[in-house]
Amino acid sequence: MSSVLFFLAAIGVITGATGVVVLRNPFYSVLALVIHLVSLAVLFLLLRAEFVAAVQVVVYAGAVMVLYVFVVAYVGGESDSIGERLRSRGAVGSGLRLGGAILGGAVCVELLIALLGTGLEAINGYGAGYSPGPQAYGTPAYIGKLLLTRFLLAFEVASFLLLIAAVGGVVLARRRGGLEDEDERDLLTPLDLLRPRGTGTMAEGVGRRSS
Amino acid sequence: MSIAWYLAVSAIVFSLGAIGVMTRRNPLVVLLCLELMLNGANLALIAFSRMWGNGDGQILAIVVMTVAACEVCIGLGMIVAIYRRHLPIDVDELRELQG
Amino acid sequence: MSATTYGWLVLLFPLLGMLVTALGFRSLPGRSAGWIATAAIFLSFLAALGALIKIQGLAPEHRQVVSSLWSYASTVGIDAQMSILVDPLSVFMILVVTGVSTLIHLYSISYMEGDRGFARYFSYLNFFVFSMLLLVLAGYFLLLIVGWAFVGAASYLLISFWYRRTTATSAGIKAFVINVVGDVGLVLGTYFIFKHTHTLDFLKTFQATSAGAFGHGSNEGDLVAGCILLLVGAFAKSAQIPLHTWLPDAMEGPTPVSSLIHAATMVTAGVYLIARMHPLFELAPAAQDVGAVVGAATLLIAGTIGLAQTDIKRVIAYSTMSQIGYMIMGVSVGAYAAGLFHLMTHAFFKALLFMAAGSIIGAMAGEQSLNRMGGFRKAMPFTYGCFIVGGLALSGVPPFSGFFSKDDILLVTGERGGWHWILYVAGYVGAFLTAIYTFRMIFRAFHGEPVAEARELEAGHLHHAEVPRNPANGEEEDTDVGFPGPTHAIAERALPMRVAMGMLALGAVGAGLVQIPKVDFVIDDFLRPSFAGSALYEPHTKNGLLVFGLGLGTVLALLGIALAHRIWVVRPGMATSIRERFRPAYVLFVNKWYFDELIDMLVVKPAAAGGLFARDTFERLFVDETLIGGTTGIVRAGSAAVRAAQSGFVRYYAALLVLGVTGVGFYFLLQT
Repeated sequence: MSSVLFFLAAIGVITGATGVVVLRNPFYSVLALVIHLVSLAVLFLLLRAEFVAAVQVVVYAGAVMVLYVFVVAYVGGESDSIGERLRSRGAVGSGLRLGGAILGGAVCVELLIALLGTGLEAINGYGAGYSPGPQAYGTPAYIGKLLLTRFLLAFEVASFLLLIAAVGGVVLARRRGGLEDEDERDLLTPLDLLRPRGTGTMAEGVGRRSS
Repeated sequence: MSIAWYLAVSAIVFSLGAIGVMTRRNPLVVLLCLELMLNGANLALIAFSRMWGNGDGQILAIVVMTVAACEVCIGLGMIVAIYRRHLPIDVDELRELQG
Repeated sequence: MSATTYGWLVLLFPLLGMLVTALGFRSLPGRSAGWIATAAIFLSFLAALGALIKIQGLAPEHRQVVSSLWSYASTVGIDAQMSILVDPLSVFMILVVTGVSTLIHLYSISYMEGDRGFARYFSYLNFFVFSMLLLVLAGYFLLLIVGWAFVGAASYLLISFWYRRTTATSAGIKAFVINVVGDVGLVLGTYFIFKHTHTLDFLKTFQATSAGAFGHGSNEGDLVAGCILLLVGAFAKSAQIPLHTWLPDAMEGPTPVSSLIHAATMVTAGVYLIARMHPLFELAPAAQDVGAVVGAATLLIAGTIGLAQTDIKRVIAYSTMSQIGYMIMGVSVGAYAAGLFHLMTHAFFKALLFMAAGSIIGAMAGEQSLNRMGGFRKAMPFTYGCFIVGGLALSGVPPFSGFFSKDDILLVTGERGGWHWILYVAGYVGAFLTAIYTFRMIFRAFHGEPVAEARELEAGHLHHAEVPRNPANGEEEDTDVGFPGPTHAIAERALPMRVAMGMLALGAVGAGLVQIPKVDFVIDDFLRPSFAGSALYEPHTKNGLLVFGLGLGTVLALLGIALAHRIWVVRPGMATSIRERFRPAYVLFVNKWYFDELIDMLVVKPAAAGGLFARDTFERLFVDETLIGGTTGIVRAGSAAVRAAQSGFVRYYAALLVLGVTGVGFYFLLQT
């Protein structure tokens, strides 16, 4: 039973991955990635990593991919088909398309050899033993205990990183002076002159002084 | 299925992601392929963690997911900023680092 | 205080004088630099007298004293010492050098007054005296070569003293380059000698030579080669054919410089060298013959050129060349004492002649051409008297000193017999020519109608040129540093000049008395210990030849003076008609026998062509384009290749990353 599930999930994973790489429309690529992520969550479940699978679906497929969908809807951008892309185009290029594919294939082969061909015996087994229970391997309690004891530093640093990323994202995407459109400029009011710098709307806060 | 199968899948996913990074021209899709690579690594981590029987791999996988989320946030922010400046959304055209 | 201590003191004082004047050249007030320098040389002269007394106090066999300060290098095969050799020959030379130098320094104090380079001049002059003393006191080949080179350098510095004149700087370079040719000869000659004697010390070399280091025959190949190379050095320094072309040009320097360096001391270094190396030369008669022939040729050729020159200093320069030809001929045929005696007397009267020439040039406000001079007899009596005294001494009229010394040389030459008779005849012909050109110069400058400058001087006013001009080519010159000072000193008005010239005149008159033939042998006896062991050093034996020679010399000298008087005083137009009648000879003489043109064609043009080839073709093609261009091209190509990797394409970078990972993985897979 688990083998069947494994193969189904594996096919989903690989199909999704291929779809991301091959599909022309970036929106379709996002959707393919979602399929890939969900199938990957199934694989995680098969490996008894319940919490990670849940996190994968909720965070990755749920939040990150939604973000992607928003941005793709905003930015868009058509891409060429893979056939066109592999044919010659532009300065860099054509060589890299085909060469990239070949290089990727070489990486795959090498990784397979490295992982499977080196004579590790343990990978032929089914893993260490598993004893179910409230704090068994893979349960949220298990992960939580680890996070708050052994891996406390990683936990804290990761949260710090999230904060920085949030701030960074806002800073990157804000409007800066000089490149806005004509119709977005506000008219000057006497109140603006009295308002001290750094207060007021966010536009004024980042330095655009309604000039 | 033995752990080896999971590792094989992980290798295939990783190299597919690598191909995508090297081949695609839309930066959004490049980021997506980057996610693919990270996921491949995650799968390998979880598989090894199952092999050893302790939770270290899973914790690392969670941290990797966190980092991936942050990186996506920043990357998409940059793409939005590029789009806002009316520059082409094409990694081949964005080459001011050329020396 | 032993003799060698005095020897070191002789070297020390000019060195100190040079340092004081050189380091304090801005702060020394007025003419004090001159007095300091003169005092330094005078102290050196006193130390030389001390050395003389000490040397004479030793027994004759022990009169060659060596003293070494320290060793330069002691390695396998060579033991280089910094040693001086104090013996009668070197004491003789240092007495002459320091004595004449003191008087010339004294003269220079007045002559160079008002020159902005006053202190610089005296430091150079002291440096020169130091180098010359080093040269003659050296007891070791290395020190000799060092002194030789320093003297050349000092000569260059002093010739191009008024460095704003391009003629002066070209002359300085010419002198230096030709002297370097001589230096090469000297060093190579030293090598050839060292090869057999394995020592560079003079006394040890001479001992090894007489003990048979060069084999027991005479005219051994290496020895002859070494001696001829030493002769090359001597010829370059002493301005003999064919390395003489620098001496007339060296008259660009100030007149005291000409009088010290190019009359009395530096040009006599070649004579000293041959005399010092006499044990080597006596075993290589071929080299001696070369020296004698070249000396005789020089004295004749220089004599003929002197007949046609119009620049007063150049006439005296060619006369120097001629007289040194006598000296070289003398020491090459074995007349060591006679040659050195002539060196001493020549130093006196030639320095006197140059000083007097400086005086009349001052009266002419820098003009040196005989064509513009005339009739200064009444205006400048003292200068005229010095010219007469010097001229008589130079021509060899008894009882002046030149008579005794010149005839001494010719006597020994005649006594050698054989083919040396040719040299004997050449010597007397040269004496006749000497009398003619010397008195031509005197009569043209002092007799006849007084020129404008002479009349001004008679009226008591010294002529000054409104626009300063280079006397050699008439160019107007700027009056910045490197220009003769605005004042022109003449002997009648400057006491130091009169004192110096007077003392030299006394020497020119009376120095002959120390070596009257058959009466006293002061020089012979004094120098004998240096030449012990020489087969050629013997007093005169043939009385008949002696009387004949003395008589012939006197007759020729008086005849020459009379002829000059007739041509240039009694019948002024005669000179022009003679010139027209002997036109080819005149052209040859006036163009200095075309030596300059010959050297230009043989040496200068090929060297210049070689240099141009090296610059335009070789350097451009090989170095610039291949070596440098190639190196930079490779670097540029390499950096271009590397720059291609910075394409700016993100995908390339990603591909490189993946490639790297693959490579590393591959490496590790191979390990297992």
